[in-house]
Amino acid sequence: MHPVLRTITQRLLLGLLTLFLVSVVIFIGIQFLPGDFAQAILGQAATEETVRALRAELGLDQTPLVRYFDWIGGLLQGDLGNSFTGRNAGGNDLSRPVVELIGPRLANTLFLASVTAAIAVPLALILGIAAALTRNSLFDRVVNTVTLITISFPEFFLAYILILLLGVIWPIFPTLADVSIGMEFGERLYRTTLPALTLTLVIIAHMMRMTRAAIINLMASPYIEMARLMGENPLRVIVRHALPNAWAPIAAVIAFNLAYLIVGVVVVEVVFVYPGIGQLMVDAVSARDIPVVQACALIFAATYVLFNLVADIVGIVTNPRLLHPR
Amino acid sequence: MTNNAPSDLLLNMRNVEVEGFSDRGWQPIVKGVDLTLRRGEVLGLIGESGAGKSTLGKAAMGYVQPGCRISGGEILFDGMDLAKLSDAEKRKIWGRRMTYVAQSAAASFNPAHRLIEQTVRSTVRESVMPGGEARDDARGLYKALSLPDPDNIGDRFPHQVSGGQLQRVMTAMAMSPRPDVIIFDEPTTALDVTTQVEVLSAIRKIVRETGTAAIYITHDLAVVAQMADKIKVMRYGNEVEEAPAREMLNAPKEAYTKTLWSVRSLRAPEKPSAETLLSVEGVDAGYGGGTKVLHDVTIKLPRGRTVAVVGESGSGKSTTARVITGLLPPSKGSVQFEGQALPARMDQRSRDQLRRIQMIYQMADTAMNPRQTVGEIIGRPLEFYHGLRGREQETRVIELLEDIELDDTFYDRFPSELSGGQKQRICIARALAADPEIVLCDEVTSALDQIVQEGILRLLMRLQEERNISYLFITHDIATVEAIADEIVVMHQGKVVEQGDKQSILTPPHPDYTQLLLSSVPDMDPDWLNRRLAES
Amino acid sequence: MTETLTPPSPKDEVAFVRRRLTRSERIAKTLSGAPFTAKLGLLIIAFYLLAALFAPLLSPFGEAEIVGPPYAPWGGENLLGTDQIGRDIYSRLLYGARNTIGIALAATLLAFVIGVGLGLVAAIDRGWIDQILSRGIDVIMSIPSLIFALMLLTISGSSVWALIIIIAVLDSTRVFRLTRAVAVGVAVMDYVEAARLRGEGLGWTIRREVLPNIMPPLVAEFGLRFCFVFLTIAALSFLGVGIQPPNADWGTMVRETANLLQFARFDLTAGLTPMLPAACIALLTVAVNFVVDWFLNKTSGLRDDK
Repeated sequence: MHPVLRTITQRLLLGLLTLFLVSVVIFIGIQFLPGDFAQAILGQAATEETVRALRAELGLDQTPLVRYFDWIGGLLQGDLGNSFTGRNAGGNDLSRPVVELIGPRLANTLFLASVTAAIAVPLALILGIAAALTRNSLFDRVVNTVTLITISFPEFFLAYILILLLGVIWPIFPTLADVSIGMEFGERLYRTTLPALTLTLVIIAHMMRMTRAAIINLMASPYIEMARLMGENPLRVIVRHALPNAWAPIAAVIAFNLAYLIVGVVVVEVVFVYPGIGQLMVDAVSARDIPVVQACALIFAATYVLFNLVADIVGIVTNPRLLHPR
Repeated sequence: MTNNAPSDLLLNMRNVEVEGFSDRGWQPIVKGVDLTLRRGEVLGLIGESGAGKSTLGKAAMGYVQPGCRISGGEILFDGMDLAKLSDAEKRKIWGRRMTYVAQSAAASFNPAHRLIEQTVRSTVRESVMPGGEARDDARGLYKALSLPDPDNIGDRFPHQVSGGQLQRVMTAMAMSPRPDVIIFDEPTTALDVTTQVEVLSAIRKIVRETGTAAIYITHDLAVVAQMADKIKVMRYGNEVEEAPAREMLNAPKEAYTKTLWSVRSLRAPEKPSAETLLSVEGVDAGYGGGTKVLHDVTIKLPRGRTVAVVGESGSGKSTTARVITGLLPPSKGSVQFEGQALPARMDQRSRDQLRRIQMIYQMADTAMNPRQTVGEIIGRPLEFYHGLRGREQETRVIELLEDIELDDTFYDRFPSELSGGQKQRICIARALAADPEIVLCDEVTSALDQIVQEGILRLLMRLQEERNISYLFITHDIATVEAIADEIVVMHQGKVVEQGDKQSILTPPHPDYTQLLLSSVPDMDPDWLNRRLAES
Repeated sequence: MTETLTPPSPKDEVAFVRRRLTRSERIAKTLSGAPFTAKLGLLIIAFYLLAALFAPLLSPFGEAEIVGPPYAPWGGENLLGTDQIGRDIYSRLLYGARNTIGIALAATLLAFVIGVGLGLVAAIDRGWIDQILSRGIDVIMSIPSLIFALMLLTISGSSVWALIIIIAVLDSTRVFRLTRAVAVGVAVMDYVEAARLRGEGLGWTIRREVLPNIMPPLVAEFGLRFCFVFLTIAALSFLGVGIQPPNADWGTMVRETANLLQFARFDLTAGLTPMLPAACIALLTVAVNFVVDWFLNKTSGLRDDK
């Protein structure tokens, strides 16, 4: 097999293995929950009978191994079980399937993340490369200090500053990002502006600093000096000599920051009451709604693993050592 | 060569100064040097590390590294002052009329592009030749530089080609636009001797054939003797002297140049033969269960004598030292000390067994903890092996410092406050503190300048005489071997080619590999390369 | 060549010797060379520490004491107004320094004890212990730490100790990675091999040869990790699953008073009230980042007191 294919296959298998282990970790975590789930969910007033019924439904009367395979088996068929909320001591079960809860919210979160990424990624790359190339200039130092300050701000601080300025004092944008199904694209975008802007500010600072560092590292290579000594002009030095070697580090920077975006989403969704999966997870944590927490955690982790996998693969397919083996 | 017609004058540098920025402000690197180069002339620029020769070489193109600046003088090239031209104007000269060959071709080729594309890039860009013609020409240059498979080697990527070949491809790249001047910056320093000879002869042949002027920068006198028409010696950013090559080699004027030349005359006194103290018996060894690095290696080290182990990189000489120390247990064979087998693994050996075999490393920089003072570095083995503490320990450390020709002012210094030679002396003192019977010296002088090397070698010889220590002296440098060895072991690809007295090894007849190795070491004689090429 | 040449004495070889300085001289010299941002950062950190230490002396009211009507405006008896149940904001900001910084510091310290310890073991071992630790930590790190923390807090419930332990364990993974990486770099150095060849024990080698040489990156990392932990705890508290009421904590305070924001058009100070604790968080992280930035620049250049 060609080394590129072999390496990619290895990475894919490793990614799958990681996902499997992550699911095990998430599953095991829940097993440490103290006390009796079923009793806790239904409350003290629950009858012995309803508690027993719920235990059976949750599989608490089976061994952890069996329960894991039940859970993962259901997961692979798109069944994540039922939420804990909506059950009561009387045995009335108004709980909804987790998939139903997550589905529309996941779409909303993906929308917010995509809008943010579409603005932040190109902007951060351009700023980062510009700062690296004009190293130690006034521009570089100003950008450096500003981004250092921005990464030090908690996400909710940035969010509230934007709300205060653009939502309250000059009410240009809505402060509640209450998007709903069937909303027209323009309206949806308008309501998503403030959360997207907040996330953009968070991501750009990190991403720009990492891009800058990666490019400076690259430009210190002897072959870049050689290109200069061969009379290549600055633009060609970057485009022909640096860029072909820059894909791997840049992909790593993008993947890292998109993964970071996922975490930022949680807080920002709560601030703007944006109906996404992050807010769902926070609500579920407060309510100790285990199936929902598990599902959300798994989705976040899977995205994270996926981004890193893609960055790895970009690194592999742009590596001349693997593309052209000895 | 010594045609003085003014139109012949290609490059004229006058009173050039270059400064570099450090945390102590702008520091001079080149302090006002003149340099002239005529058409077809090869100037050898020689000096030790920190002499500013490489900076001066780049300044000849009007180029300085980031963080440096040309702070004075003029660099006249064909009527233009490169010190004053804008970058855009200089770029018309770089890669067209002046080109550069770097020390490490492996790092200086762009890993993302094919070699031939890199070879012809500036030629095509500057419209010296159209693409197809330039590529044909490049293949011709590959052939002229004796590269294997010259028609296809250009289609490879840098990582697919060996270091010595890459260095020749880089020469082809420098030659491709048919420049007026090529700057060679230590092009063979990173290569093994047998490879160095091939690259040297290829470079010289093509430079002579095309009549290109060149500045050849090196720290190796014998190399510069082969390449240059005239030689300029530099030290601490200043010119020491300049003269035609033969004149300079036969009769250097300045005292500093003479000390450089005299290094080669050092010889250890003859010593009587002695009983074997340590022997490596039929050792096989390898790393991590993978390929074997050593095959049936047998070496005998007599008491109070020096056995030099020579070989090129990958010959297994350092691995042999690791087997002796117990860092790498052999898969077969054993190490005998005074006729008793030593435990194979270091952690099975007693403290006294460890004490009797000490080691000195090539890079003194990394062999000392940068966070410990000289007193702590030398004091620790005194405490560890001999239980010396407090005042007693301090007195002994100072005695040892005096033994290595330093004094008590060094006691509180950190390694970063020492010169390269002083660092290596401290490492020697640390080994001596254990009071060893055997010292393994792994390329201990390779990283040092020649004058400093000589001082270290003299010190080692004196200590051997005083303390009857045995040295296993690992090196790739034949000149060092000639200076210090009593016996020589030649190694090649993990096998011992031969072992014997210095005289018997160095006088013919030799096995093939020894012959190749010895004949590849350049002499100070300017005709050496011619003779060698005629012989082979 | 008949004249004899005296070889140069090794004592005279050029080496750059630094002047020895006393500790106080060294501190003064280091500080005087610091850029403005770093000095500002140090000043701010000192100010925060004072506020945290002397909170009970500096604050006019108690931490959970209800002293007036809800949402009282700025000025008068309550300098910065009151919160949603009538507690004094100014006093709660001071107590908040205690709780928030204290917990973050405790979590960071614990993370370092775990991370540095395991990192050193892995770096020295380089065998199966290293493999197991490294792969296990890869898995933990492939779950975003805020998400992991949220999940674990669901299980444990939000108590201060649960918070400290969960954050410390999750954050120790990053400390482990860094420690292992720099320690592997040091462990392959010839001076470590020389110590092993001398017959030194593992403990001595780690303490005397490895640790002193990995301190600068670890110190810088401590600052960065503290910021990260501090922000994570603030985020968790803001989300309502971190430090629990009635303890004053900046993240919680932001959430509790966020409603005031909409009144900013009528009274700007009302809009600023939820911003105060948020700004407290931001200012401290900015200050620490400034100092770390300077420290990194300094140590990546030259060592010691230069």
